[in-house]
Amino acid sequence: MKQLKELGILGDPQAFHEAISIEGADVAFLKSALYDISLIRACEYHLRDGMYNKTITCPCHLCVGQEAIAVGISKFLQKTDRVFGAHRSHAHFLAINRDVYGLFAEVLGKVTGASKGMGGSMHLFDGDNGFKGSVPIVGATIPIATGAGLAAKMDGGDDIAVTYFGDAACEEGPFHESLNLAANMKLPVLYVCENNLASSHMHISLRQPTDTMARFAEAHTINNLVVEGNNVVEVANAAKQAIDYIRETRKPFFLEMVTYRWSGHVGPTEDSDVGVKRAATHVVWKNRDPLRRLSEALLNSGQITQLEIDEMNNSIKKIVDENWEKALAAPFPEDHALLDLVYTKN
Amino acid sequence: MQKITYADGIRMGFEYLLENHKEVFVIGQGLWSPWYVGSSMRDLDKKFGRERVIDSPVSEFAVTASALGASLCGYRPVVVHPRIDFMVFAMDPIVNQAAKWRHMFGGQTSAPVTFRAIINRGGEQGAQHSQSLHSWFAHIPGLRVVMPGTAADARDLLIASVLCDDPVMYIDDRWSYDMEDTVAKAKPVTLEDIGPLVRKEGTDITLVGAGFSYRLAREVADEYEAEGISCEVIDLRVINPLKYDTIVASVNKTKNLCVVDGGWKTCGLGGEIIAGVMEKLPVGSLASAPKRVTLTDAPAPTSAPLEKIYYTTKKEIREAINTQLQSHKETIK
Repeated sequence: MKQLKELGILGDPQAFHEAISIEGADVAFLKSALYDISLIRACEYHLRDGMYNKTITCPCHLCVGQEAIAVGISKFLQKTDRVFGAHRSHAHFLAINRDVYGLFAEVLGKVTGASKGMGGSMHLFDGDNGFKGSVPIVGATIPIATGAGLAAKMDGGDDIAVTYFGDAACEEGPFHESLNLAANMKLPVLYVCENNLASSHMHISLRQPTDTMARFAEAHTINNLVVEGNNVVEVANAAKQAIDYIRETRKPFFLEMVTYRWSGHVGPTEDSDVGVKRAATHVVWKNRDPLRRLSEALLNSGQITQLEIDEMNNSIKKIVDENWEKALAAPFPEDHALLDLVYTKN
Repeated sequence: MQKITYADGIRMGFEYLLENHKEVFVIGQGLWSPWYVGSSMRDLDKKFGRERVIDSPVSEFAVTASALGASLCGYRPVVVHPRIDFMVFAMDPIVNQAAKWRHMFGGQTSAPVTFRAIINRGGEQGAQHSQSLHSWFAHIPGLRVVMPGTAADARDLLIASVLCDDPVMYIDDRWSYDMEDTVAKAKPVTLEDIGPLVRKEGTDITLVGAGFSYRLAREVADEYEAEGISCEVIDLRVINPLKYDTIVASVNKTKNLCVVDGGWKTCGLGGEIIAGVMEKLPVGSLASAPKRVTLTDAPAPTSAPLEKIYYTTKKEIREAINTQLQSHKETIK
């Protein structure tokens, strides 16, 4: 029987603990990536605290540990591209717009939130910046983004569609239907699989015969790369290659970003996944930290000082705190929103 | 004025849309093959090009969700499902996504996609080639559900569905395809303004139906007319959101209500119409117990004798009406 491909060292928790290599990378991008990753993480930790103290009662799927992927990809997106997320999409949203207030107000169910208080953490929207929506049905936005790609193809420009999903979404039928459709119809879609090796509560080894998702792209003749997703330089390099290819050829591309989520599947805790105790390797995996490995690289090479990092974090803390207070003070949707929004006209 | 069939009406609706609205495209299985969709799509691919009339892989879910995705990006796609049974693979994009997209994003976006689902039954096709699942979809807030009962509506409601900014389930029925009608030139109508219509006025009993069931009810009413019984016939046209005023006013006049529904009985459209009317009328308003004539609660059989007793006939409708009018007479005595 044919041997299936495997992630190899990318799937080994002992690997990639050291500072990333930034040789030849654009320093301005590295600094802005450091800012974005830090901002996303600060927001996630703030939401975590809000869940612990019950200020937040809406279910949140935090993305701590996975921030570098959206940051590296968003660098190459334009406002007219069409981006779709899933249940764990705070990073996808913030990497595009840095709209801390929109996220916080939405999680609190406020009418000033990204989805006017009608979506919560799992349904985020920012039409002006090309974030067409995130929804929590696993795999659901993969074919929707594929159709956004069909629209982009019909438009005739160079816009692309992007869909973020996890390794578990690759176990859904529509994922396979979508790859077939995109390959067959030549659709400009970027498929980004954030492979964190876990579904809500089960390790990939319990769910699939091998741990790499790019094999499905191969099966559908879609060009693909398997990337160390916690290295923002590698993410950005792969994203550039993929997005340039799609804009030019109008064909799909598949990026498998290997990562690890620090957060449990849902809620504030790290130590358990929907009631199942997390693996002993959890603390080892956390050494593959996209934030520390980037800041160390910048510090080691003298591109940034500790003082600058501290100042950046202080300014992020201020942004987070101010937006949180503002969001707490904002009003909830009025009762009539419940029925008014069902149809465009009643 | 022009005489057309129901199938012509559908095709003319598509022609109007593709000619006048460059944001409209059609996607689904069998669109390049008349075998799938009868004459209702004939030559549209030749006239408007295979870039806009797209025959697709056998992927109901991804194709339906793709159309939804394109609708979020400035297009008005129509997804054609040659059989409603096969569309069951596409429940998520219809029920979870399209129907809720506007609401869950706070009204900042909407999904103007039309799902055309064809009811295609009889001929010993059996359980998975014969269903009428309209009641399922009418249960979903955010999804407009349209069932044309006449050839003119087959055309005009298709146009209205596709030009509506909400997702619409347009359900047509192959048993209606030969129905004839005289129509004027196509022009856009607003779906939100469309509701149940009294197609035949009467005084003794109100008959309600949608799609092919309207046709059955109408034929029964025409037969009764010759026998001196006056039936008022209401064609529902849009079953979600459902507007009750016309039906309630009619029942208030005739005091008798019989609903003909091509679906199953339990939790179906027939029961819903009766409940919706009854809760709007004072107790004791009716002269006879309301009735629904539906399929029996069983999957469609293949064996010919079983199939014969499975589908609703005019005879069954007449039996129901006779019981009601008999009980009415006794009440009057």
